[in-house]
This record gives sequence, structure tokens and C-alpha cells, in this order.
Amino acid sequence: MPNKIALSIEGLTVSFDGFKAVDGLNLYIEENELRVIIGPNGAGKTTVLDLICGKTKATSGSIEFRGVELTRLPEYRLVQLGVGRKFQTPSIYENLTVLENLEISYPKGRSVLGSLLFKRTPEVEQKIMDTAKMIFLEEHLDTMSGLLSHGKKQWLEIGMLLIQDPALLMLDEPVAGMSVVEREKTASLLSMIAKGRSLIVIEHDMEFVKRIAHKVTVLHQGKLLAEGSMEAVQENPKVIEVYLGH
Amino acid sequence: MKGFGKAVLGKPGFVDLLVMAVIILVVFPLALDIFRLNLMGKYLTFAYCAVGLVMLWGYGGILSLGQGIFFGIGGYCMAMFLKLEASDPVSTAHQTTPGIPDFMDWNQVTQLPLFWEPFHSFIFTLFAIVVIPALTAYVIGVSMFKRRVSGVYFSIITQAIAAIVTILVVGQQGFTGGINGITDLKTLHGWDINTDSAKYILYFVNGVLLILSVILGKVVLSTKLGRLLLALRDKEDRVRFSGYDVSSYKVFVFCLAAVVSSVGGAMFTLQVGFMSPSIIGIVPSIEMVIFAAVGGRMSLVGAVYGALLVNYGKTAFSETFPTLWLFFMGFLFVGVVMMFPEGLSGLYKTYVEPRQRRWMMKVKGGKGIPEQLNENARV
Repeated sequence: MPNKIALSIEGLTVSFDGFKAVDGLNLYIEENELRVIIGPNGAGKTTVLDLICGKTKATSGSIEFRGVELTRLPEYRLVQLGVGRKFQTPSIYENLTVLENLEISYPKGRSVLGSLLFKRTPEVEQKIMDTAKMIFLEEHLDTMSGLLSHGKKQWLEIGMLLIQDPALLMLDEPVAGMSVVEREKTASLLSMIAKGRSLIVIEHDMEFVKRIAHKVTVLHQGKLLAEGSMEAVQENPKVIEVYLGH
Repeated sequence: MKGFGKAVLGKPGFVDLLVMAVIILVVFPLALDIFRLNLMGKYLTFAYCAVGLVMLWGYGGILSLGQGIFFGIGGYCMAMFLKLEASDPVSTAHQTTPGIPDFMDWNQVTQLPLFWEPFHSFIFTLFAIVVIPALTAYVIGVSMFKRRVSGVYFSIITQAIAAIVTILVVGQQGFTGGINGITDLKTLHGWDINTDSAKYILYFVNGVLLILSVILGKVVLSTKLGRLLLALRDKEDRVRFSGYDVSSYKVFVFCLAAVVSSVGGAMFTLQVGFMSPSIIGIVPSIEMVIFAAVGGRMSLVGAVYGALLVNYGKTAFSETFPTLWLFFMGFLFVGVVMMFPEGLSGLYKTYVEPRQRRWMMKVKGGKGIPEQLNENARV
């Protein structure tokens, strides 16, 4: 029996000076699904995430998340609705400690006045500790995050999203620049956090994709090329032609 | 008030604040004659702008090249009040229209303009010194930050606004006193501000207000808002995609910096005895940035020293090398940015503090302040 649809994208198009980076895309993500998007460079993968999180405005089409149309809302409203986005290069606050990074991401005190009156209560501390444990950084809470290794920065950014408990989490190449051990840990982290929320992951590492994906979507030149299980997609001649074959 | 205590007392920055307060309130008054002390007071009024810029530019990453506008708003509000008091019908009886400021009379203005009327009231004037810059900054801030104008574009626009305001003030001579500004200010509620004793009192009022501004800055920057400013300076998108309306934070810090600058402007008028467009335009606005840069743009206390040092240098240079001193100022700014970008406070943190720590370790037998604690002491 199919799950409820969480995110439905229909006829999504964005053109930059006439170049259609995403062209009439339809994509449906179910609740509790872990979807991986693959495709060659320039296929529009990152642009799709940009469109969902509001970083780029769509030229036409609709993005509906749990019944709310996202395309016209300001970015911070989307986040408050439960849409979280991790960027390709780790976006963390390098001049703040790991703890402060997580604290800023904690979803309370988001107004100007709220941030002035924000207190680090035991409840907040507990949540920060729990999240830090999950992302393997509980020993680094007081470290300036700029000093972390690349892989740990990736984890930190994932943690900054987790602490907001998003209903839809989008990760752009979460294991890029990670060691083999770190990849292993990240894979188990992703399967753990996939419970109770939908995940969209962009990834190039096929071994990693095989490990985590429920379903794979292949994009090519801004259009949907194939969709299905990893095995089905790998045997699809069109996919082999444009992406996997080379 | 618990948060207040935590933010100010017992932090590594508390000693710095105390030292600054002692220098301003004890050392200067004891060491300097009233002429030099008054000069120092004038320098300290510019320190307000530098303190505002530490919050706005150092923490928020928003470089405003138009802080002179807000300094000017405060200064002109105070000057208008004092000028009205100095223009009573008796002492202006020789004018064509007695009872209005002299420059209006010279410019064939025969009636006090409507926007001058409320400045008969001292309470209104004090109110205006705080509210008008906040409103102005709010309007500028909302119209720019909501449209995501940032970086160098913001800087250029603020500079343009400073230019426009100056041209407006100079052009509307009959209403503003023009290029000469508002001069011949005499009394505040009958209290002669030009006597030595008044100058002493005003110096202390100014000093205390400045220290309170620094404390206010420390409190604000010690909250989550302070860390958010740093965060959005470094990774604006990450803050935005963490559910924050980034522009409202920028508007807030812009308004706060504006109000602090405006108080400085009002104190300038009181201590120096006039206000003119030459103090609010592009060049003074850029100088204010230099004060913050030299002092260290991440240090509120440093900004005060920066303002003192550069202004002192300016006076000394311009007395000795009247034709060359502007070049010295330029070299100073370029040199600071290139050689020690964290300014005086950066030098202090690199060279003085480690020694202090080592010395404390020796005294306490190996139990100094842990390295981490000091690294985190940003404010």
C-alpha cells in the first residue's frame, strides 16, 4: 500500500536567461521516504533543491508540501514549515563553536526580540547534547567549528538541521570529501534520521546510494530520465547511456 | 537583570571595560587641562559611532559609510533646541524678525519653520535624538535589506545618502544654517554651556553615556542575537535557511548603531558648541569606519581607543603637516587593514594577553585561565 505523498512537484520549470535548468519536472516524495537524486553534472539536481527550499524562484510550476504551496513563501517560512536544506559545501558558522552552531539552529527565539531573550535552558542543552551525540561530535562541543575536518563539518551541518526536526530534509552530497569510515558512519546516520521524515539526497557515490536509497530518481538536462529502485535504474539503457555507462 | 550581570561582570572583558572607564573618568580629568579635556570629550563623541560600527560592521558584516547621518541627526536636534533657546526675542531684538534664529533672519525667513517648533521642548528634543535616527535607519534598513541589498552596494548607497543629506542641509540655508551650521549656542535651560564648569560636567555626562553605550553593546552582543550577527556575517544563507528572517536582524542592528551614533552627535553639539554639515558628510563618515578599524572592529572597547587615537593623531598631524595629514589618514587605514586587520584589540590579544596568561600561571602555580576561555571571549 503506497504511503501518503509529502511533497509533490508538478510541471516545475526554471529558466536562467532562456536556459532551462529544470524543465517541466514532476516529482513525488512520500512520507518517510529516502529518495536519492542522481544524474550527470548540470542535470539540475542542485537547482531542484534550490527551488524546493526557496533559494531560487520557479519560473512556473508548483511545489506543494503537505498541502501548502511553497513557491511563493519567503525562505524562513519554508523552514518553519519543516523544510530543511544542507548545502553542497558545508555551510557552518566557522567563528562559532560547535555548541553555538547547534544553538543558533535550535528552533526557538527566531525573532529579534526572541533572540535577545533566548536562554540556554536545560531543555536546550539536552537537545544540543543529543544532537551532538547523533552526529558523532559530542567531544567537540567547545571546538571552533572552523577547525573541524571536512567530514565533521558535513556532520555538523546535518546536525544543525536535525536539531530543527524537519519533516523534509534535503542533503546535497553529504559524503563528499569524507573518508571511508566517515561514509560508513554517515550511511548509518542517514538510515537512522530517515525515520519519521522524508529525505532527499543528492549523491554521486553509487555504492553509497545503493546502501541508503529507497528509490532513485535520475535527472538529465533538467528532465526526469528514470525513476525506480536502484537495480531497475542501473539496468535502464537510457541511464547507462547518459550517466552510469561512462 | 541576571543576564545583564552575567554579560558584563565576571567576564574576561570586564577588566577591559573597567580600565577604559578609569581612563575616561579619572585619568583624563586629572591629567588634562580643561581645553585638552574638552578636546578629548569631542573625540569621545565620535567613539559612539565607532562603537555602533563594531556591532554593525564587525559583528553584522554591514559596512555603513553613512554613520555621519545619524551623528548629524542627534547633533542637529540638540543644536536646534539650543539655538531656539539662544534666540529669545530680547537678545534677537535687532533682527528684522525677532525671536527666530539669526541665520533665518539673514536668509529672509520671517517665520519659524513648522519642523523647528517642537524643539522648544527639551523633553521632545531628547526623545527626537533617540527616535528620529531609529526611524530613519528603519526606513533605510527595511528598504535595502528586504531587497537583499548588501555588501559593497549597501556601503555605496549609505555613502550616497550621506552626500544627499549634506547637500540638502547646505542648500536649505534658511532652515538649517547652511554650510556654517548652527552656531552661537549659549545655554541649556539657562545653564551656560560655555563655562569651564559646564564643560567639566558635560565631559563626565558624555563619558558615562559612552560607557553605558559600550555596556549596552556588550549585553546585546552577549545574547543569541550577537552570535546570530556573526553567523549571518559569515554564512548568510545558512541563517536564512535555518528559519530566520535575516533582514529583520540587519534592520535591528542598523537602528541600534544609528541611535548610539545619534547620542554621540548630541553630546558633540553640547561640548563643542556648534553643529555643521562638515561633521556629518562622507569624509567624517569614513573616518568613523577608520576609528573602528584601528581600534579593532570586533572590540567595543577597542573602538573607543581607536576613536581617541586616530582623532589625537589627526589633530597632531594636521598641526604639524597641514597639507599632508589627509594622506597620513589614508595610509593609516590601508596600513591597519593590511597589516593588522583586527586593529589594536587584535594586537592586544596576540601579544599582551598570552603574556598576561603566562604571568598569571606563574603566580597561581600553573592554574591560569584556560586557553579556550579566552578564545571565546569575543566581546
